[in-house]
This record gives sequence, C-alpha cells and structure tokens, in this order.
Amino acid sequence: MGLKSKDLLGMKQLTAEEIMEILDTAKTMKLVISSANKKTSHLQGKSVVTLFYENSTRTRLSFELASKYMGSASANISTSGSSVNKGESLLDTARTIDMMGTDIIIMRHNHSGAPHFIAPHLKASVVNAGDGMNEHPTQALLDMLTMYERFDTFEGKNIAICGDIYHSRVVRSNAIGLTKLGANVSVYGPKTMMPVGIEKMGVRIADSVADCVRDADAVMGLRVQLERQQKSLFPSIAEYSHFYAITPEMLALAKPDAFLMHPGPCNHGVELPTAVYDCDQSVINEQVTNGVAVRMAVLYLLMARRNNL
Amino acid sequence: MKTIIKNIKVLGSSEDKIYIAEGKFSAAFDESEADEIIDGKGAAAVPGLVDMHCHLREPGGEYKETIATGTASAAKGGYTSVCPMPNTNPVADNAAVISGIIKKAKEAGNCRVYPIGAATKDINGELISEMGLMKEAGIVAVSDDGKPIKNAGIMRKVMEYASDFDLPVLNHCEDKSLSEGSMNEGEVSTSIGLRGIPTAAEDIMIARDIILSEYLDIPVHICHVSTKGGIRMIREAKARGVKVTCETCPHYFTMTDKLCENYDTNYKMHPPLRSEEDRLAVIEGIKDGTVDAIATDNAPHHQDEKDCEFQVALNGILGSETAFALGYTYLVKTNEISLDRLVELMSKAPSDILKLGRGTLDIGEDADLALFDLDHEFTFDKNKMLSKSRNTPYDGWKLYGETILTIMGGKITYEKLQ
Repeated sequence: MGLKSKDLLGMKQLTAEEIMEILDTAKTMKLVISSANKKTSHLQGKSVVTLFYENSTRTRLSFELASKYMGSASANISTSGSSVNKGESLLDTARTIDMMGTDIIIMRHNHSGAPHFIAPHLKASVVNAGDGMNEHPTQALLDMLTMYERFDTFEGKNIAICGDIYHSRVVRSNAIGLTKLGANVSVYGPKTMMPVGIEKMGVRIADSVADCVRDADAVMGLRVQLERQQKSLFPSIAEYSHFYAITPEMLALAKPDAFLMHPGPCNHGVELPTAVYDCDQSVINEQVTNGVAVRMAVLYLLMARRNNL
Repeated sequence: MKTIIKNIKVLGSSEDKIYIAEGKFSAAFDESEADEIIDGKGAAAVPGLVDMHCHLREPGGEYKETIATGTASAAKGGYTSVCPMPNTNPVADNAAVISGIIKKAKEAGNCRVYPIGAATKDINGELISEMGLMKEAGIVAVSDDGKPIKNAGIMRKVMEYASDFDLPVLNHCEDKSLSEGSMNEGEVSTSIGLRGIPTAAEDIMIARDIILSEYLDIPVHICHVSTKGGIRMIREAKARGVKVTCETCPHYFTMTDKLCENYDTNYKMHPPLRSEEDRLAVIEGIKDGTVDAIATDNAPHHQDEKDCEFQVALNGILGSETAFALGYTYLVKTNEISLDRLVELMSKAPSDILKLGRGTLDIGEDADLALFDLDHEFTFDKNKMLSKSRNTPYDGWKLYGETILTIMGGKITYEKLQ
C-alpha cells in the first residue's frame, strides 16, 4: 500500500495501479466528508504546509480541509509573483519549510517543473497543486474519481475536452491519466490555443466542438482566461462563445447518459451557458466534493509510504 | 628558446615531430640544440583551435568567469584563439572596453583574444556602434549576439557600415515575436508544459539575413545554427553564390530537446536544443560543407542562475573544455567526417571567416597547437574544469579526444598532469 514515490509530481509519474489505488481510497474518504463527524486520525501528529505562488481559492481550501479532516497540523503560505521577485530563491524557501519538520509540502507555482526542481532536495513529500502549464494531478484525479463513480472501467470510454488546451495543466494531467487507464481522449479548441504535438500525448485532435463531443461518455469544459484576447488568442467573448462553447445542442451529441464537467471557476456564458452549467447532466458541484476526497486519499497514501519507511 | 615535440601524429603529414623556435614553427633541428623536448606519447598534434563564439563575461560578470579563467578553460579545450561576444556589462560597444579586454587577455596569456564588438550601441538594435574605432582597438567582427538585430533596416545599415571596415557581421537569428518560450517548441515542450521557441523563429531571421546579403552583396555569418530549415536555406543560398557562412555548436549535434524532460537547466540554451530531425540535419550540414565552423557559444553561469525553475534559469552552457572531444567522439569516431575536417571546422575555417591567419602548422607561423589523446576513453568531470562555472550538461560523459597539451606562440598554456 502507498505510493512508490516520495512525491506526487504529476500523472506522468503514476502507474495505472497507483491511480486506481488513489481513486479507491478516495471513495472511502468521501464517506468521511459526508459523515456527521468529519475527523480521522490518519495525519494526527503530522504537519502539512501549503505553499502557493499563484492565487487559488478552491484548490487551496480543498487541500487545507483535506488535511484538517485527517487531523494534521497545517499552515499556509501564499505569495504572489515568482520567487525571484521576492528575493529568496524557491529552493531556499522550500528548504526552510522542510527544516521546520514539515511532512508534506503542497505547492502551486506559476513555473512548470518547479515542484520537480525542489522535490529531490527535500525530506518532505511534495504534492504538485499545479505547476505552470505542466500538470495539476489532483484535479485530474478528482475528475477521474467523478468518472469512476459512474463508470465501472475507463477502458474504451470517450472523454471530450474543449477550450484553451495550450495553457491548461488540467488537460495535460487528464490526458495522461485517462490514456493510462485506456480511455479515448479528444480535445478541441481554437488553433491559437492548441499546443504543437499534443497528439503525441495519445489524444485525438477533433475538428470542431461537435466532433469532439459526439458519442462522448463525459464532456469537460475548460476555463478560458478572458485576458487572452489581449494576446490575440481569440478575438472576442462573443465570437468565442459562439464557436467554442459547449451549448445544449452540442451536449446533446454526446451519449444520452453523458455528464458535464468543468474544473472551475467557470466563466458563465463564455465556455458554458449558465443553463448548461446548471443542467441535469452537470456534475460540476460534485467535482468539488470529490476534490477534497481525492486530496485526502493522496495525503493518506503519501503518509502511509512515509510511515512505512 | 627551442622546443621539440616528439612521438606525435602530426595532422596532415607523416611527421612524428614538431619543431618550435622562438615561438614559431621551425624547420627540423638537432635534438642537441633543443632547450626542451616534450614526449607527446602518441597524441595527435593539430593547429591550435579557434573559437569564433564564446562569452568570457568580463567586464561585469566576473562572478561567473573572468578573462583569465575563461581563457584558461579554453586552453584546456585546446584553444589558442577565442573571440568573446560583446554582451558584457558595460557592453563592448566602444574602443575603451575593447582595449580593456585585450589588455586583460594579454596579462592572462592563456589565449589570443580577438574581441567581437557590438553591432549596435548597447546591443539594443537601434543605432550602429563605433565599428571603426573598435576595429582600431582590435575587434575582428561585430555582433549583437544574444539579442537578434530585429529591425531589417538596422541590419542593412550594420552590414553596409561594417563592410566599409571589412568587419564580418555575425547575427544571432531569432524572431523574438515568435519565441516567448524557454525550450524548443514541439512534443516535449507540450508534454512538460513549457512555452516553446519554434524553429520558425530562427528560420525566419536566417531567411531575412540571406536575402539582405544577396541583395547587398555583403557577407553575413549566421551564429549557432540549430534547425533543419536553417541548414537547408544556407545550403541553397551558398549554391546560388550568396556570401553566407555559418557555425554550429557541439550541443546541436550531440543532444536533443528530449533531455529537457526533467527540467534540468543545464539543457537550457539559446537557440534551444532541437528535435532529432534537426540534430541529424546539422550533422548533414557539417558533412556537406554547409556548416563552415564549429564554435562553442561557451556561456558560463553562476550556480544560482541555473539552480532554479527552468523558465527562470539563464540560457547557455559551458563548451570550451568539451568541444573537441564531442566533435571527435560524435563526428569523427562515428565516421561522419574525418579528423582533418573536424580540425579545419574548429581552427582554420573560423580563422578564415574572421581573417585571423590562424589554424596552421606551417613553418614560420606562430606556434599555436594542441595535442589530443584520440586512443583512450576518458570520463568528463565537471569538478575538474578550469572555468569558474559548472553549468555543463556533459558531466560524466565518456568521450575520446582529451587534451594533453596546448601551446600558444611556443608557450605551454595547458598541460595535463600525468
């Protein structure tokens, strides 16, 4: 039991078996969240620090509650901008936290590879809570948990992801995790937001939203950052929502029992019409609960590995 | 002072001895006349190498490298002549800075240092520099290396004005509007979530410079070519008679962007490591003569500037102490080119582009030479480098072609301790 690696850096580093172990553990953790007494002792006497170099509401709160529900001492550090602007190097900051007896450091950073860079230097386990455009593994795990509660297997399932593929660490982590478990992933977005060589990650590049969504078992929308208009990645919100949104008509092309996901926060009326966000097929609110469950599972399994060593 | 180096394989001849008298290569004389007899132990003797593109960091970057340490490092690589780029602090865009560099280089005495002056003031690509006065102070070419000259109109004026002083123009080709990333754009950058620098960014400016050179009938030299498209365009231009020359660096024929996968910043440089297809095209260009020279782009950086996030890390790697061994191991031992051709690419050819008159073992010329052990494999160890910095990706690589001895003007500048 437990994970092979000291750290959770990305879906790239996890095997299919490890992913399934996390998902199975998360199902159990979900029972804790829904119980009257949300308390376990799995992290009692342990310390967990969140170190966020980027703004976050849900991911950070989700990790914080996950660690508190399991009884850890936890502390939070948030700092905007890069480590360079602050004057202290990222490595010095991380080592300082490490030397205070921290067991797990949960880090979000605006630079891809930042957790990979610090992890080998630290005794603490590092959990990647999003690094640049690279990965956001616990988001992919919570998305997969949401699917796993509805599928008995990922094998052969069609997952459609639409939106800003280029900048999305959610897409990368989902593509890696889902393809490892045998799902078929299709992606679609404006070509200005489609990274070169994404097909080499084992995903299919669709021709249109309709082509992406057709016969899907699950459909995922992505947040588009509105300021990307200023970099000429799309001309206007009106044009984006007209051509790239997941409308009720588009969603109707998916399988009848397909469900709709979104990592949040959502721009209502841009990537999803509000009616779609709130429709019966939407599981967006449940994803939030699953986020806490998955993070509890990750913290639990990393700590189990630490305890066994 | 008379020296005989014996028991060597002299490149391009059947001789096993080299004679040096008063700092020049000499006709044979009797051993009894020699002040010093050096046993080369079967090593290959070649003309002292010429690096037409390096960074010595002084003035302004002495915490990374000084002229003294940078030239000692070059001597360890078999170099006797090096050309430092002008992106120092202050920028080498005036005769005073150039004179200072030359003075320090003479004091160090490790290499002949031929500075390259800035093409534009403060290398900002806007106003042409005092090329004539800098030439009087000792520059051999102009370049804004590290920063491309983005404005075609300024590039034209740089080429025209430089040609009045017979100064070659060396351009770092990159259209910055396309390259906001920190590694090659491709499947690897996509997979690890780093913004990419497309080959098109390099190719577009190479195309522009070829067009300008052809239109103006003025030579242009393309620095550190890394792309298949760049090699193809330069090959085609040369066939048409355009006066374009180019260099590449050992990292572009020994490594690819796949090595960036673990965010190791010792694989971060400008231009970035490219795909396998590009790497093979660079080798093809070296074989068919499209590539005129191999330079190092030796770029020392302090540990703190590399021990950080990939996007934050500075560009560039050390190259002086590995260039020959990489060329020998990856081009000659693999039968891509001959040893003679490798040595030409690393000495006479760059010397000819910059009109330095180096790269020869002819009698009467300055005795600049290097001895390399071609027979024994060695493991490159970054902790034994003479550079002040350690930013090399080649630590632990098993190579052939270790430097045994370097002599500049008859004086030993590097000697491997036996």
